[in-house]
Amino acid sequence: MQSIRWDEIEVGQQLEPLIQTAIDKVQLVKYAGASGDFNPIHTDDETARKVGLPGVIAHGMLSMGFLAEHAAGIVGTNGFVSRLKVRFAGMVFPGDVLTCHAKVVAKNETERTVGLEVRIEREEGKALTVGEAALTYYQTA
Amino acid sequence: MVLDRSVIGTTSESKVIEIEKGAIRTFANAIGDPNPLYTDEEFAKKHGFASLVAPPTFPTTFRVPNPNLQIKAARVLHGEQEYSYVRPIVAGESLRCSSKVVDVYERAGKLGAMTFLVTEIRGEDLDGNLVFTGRSTIIL
Repeated sequence: MQSIRWDEIEVGQQLEPLIQTAIDKVQLVKYAGASGDFNPIHTDDETARKVGLPGVIAHGMLSMGFLAEHAAGIVGTNGFVSRLKVRFAGMVFPGDVLTCHAKVVAKNETERTVGLEVRIEREEGKALTVGEAALTYYQTA
Repeated sequence: MVLDRSVIGTTSESKVIEIEKGAIRTFANAIGDPNPLYTDEEFAKKHGFASLVAPPTFPTTFRVPNPNLQIKAARVLHGEQEYSYVRPIVAGESLRCSSKVVDVYERAGKLGAMTFLVTEIRGEDLDGNLVFTGRSTIIL
């Protein structure tokens, strides 16, 4: 992902999507270890089925991590992600190939912030994780 | 309700958390995020940071338990999550973090009554300057 400079970013822009590699069970084990969220519904099929799930599901925070990757990639080293807010609307399973989308919805010259609408989809038009982000640009970028 | 509204306003202990390079690298790697700010210290320094930068969702690794909150639910769903930053978190610093229950409410759902628990976390540097806040909604 090529980062975007302050003078290049415009309200209404639909930014180039970020397609993630298919999630697999190993990634869920890695994410459990790295994040400290050891809820077995993310790593153990039997436990997941006991609580009525078809099998293990991905951590919601992993999807949020993907959106954070996308937002931070857009601002690059020109600034930082100053806000990220998401709602977990649909479950994510091993094998899923997720696409992160971002659209520019605001640009504040005084604060040097950019507002984004962000979402993750497995199939087009069905958001699994949806929310908003703010990028704060440095004065020099 | 699986949770009594009397927990609203209760707080965790405040805990000083050291931001470690290894933890940042492992976390970025688990997400599969190739951003060099998270793994390449020379690159991060070249862009004005004292050390590696933490990814935006890194505070999910900060465990600040609230002793007043005993959750007895077989299935806990994550409903919403938000993080706001005054500036990025950088490896080598320590942050004083505490969390607080800000709301508990019930809604009728497809599977019967659902209890929503809203908590907020704050992280300050050791001089007391706010660095980040987080807000989490879980469904019990």
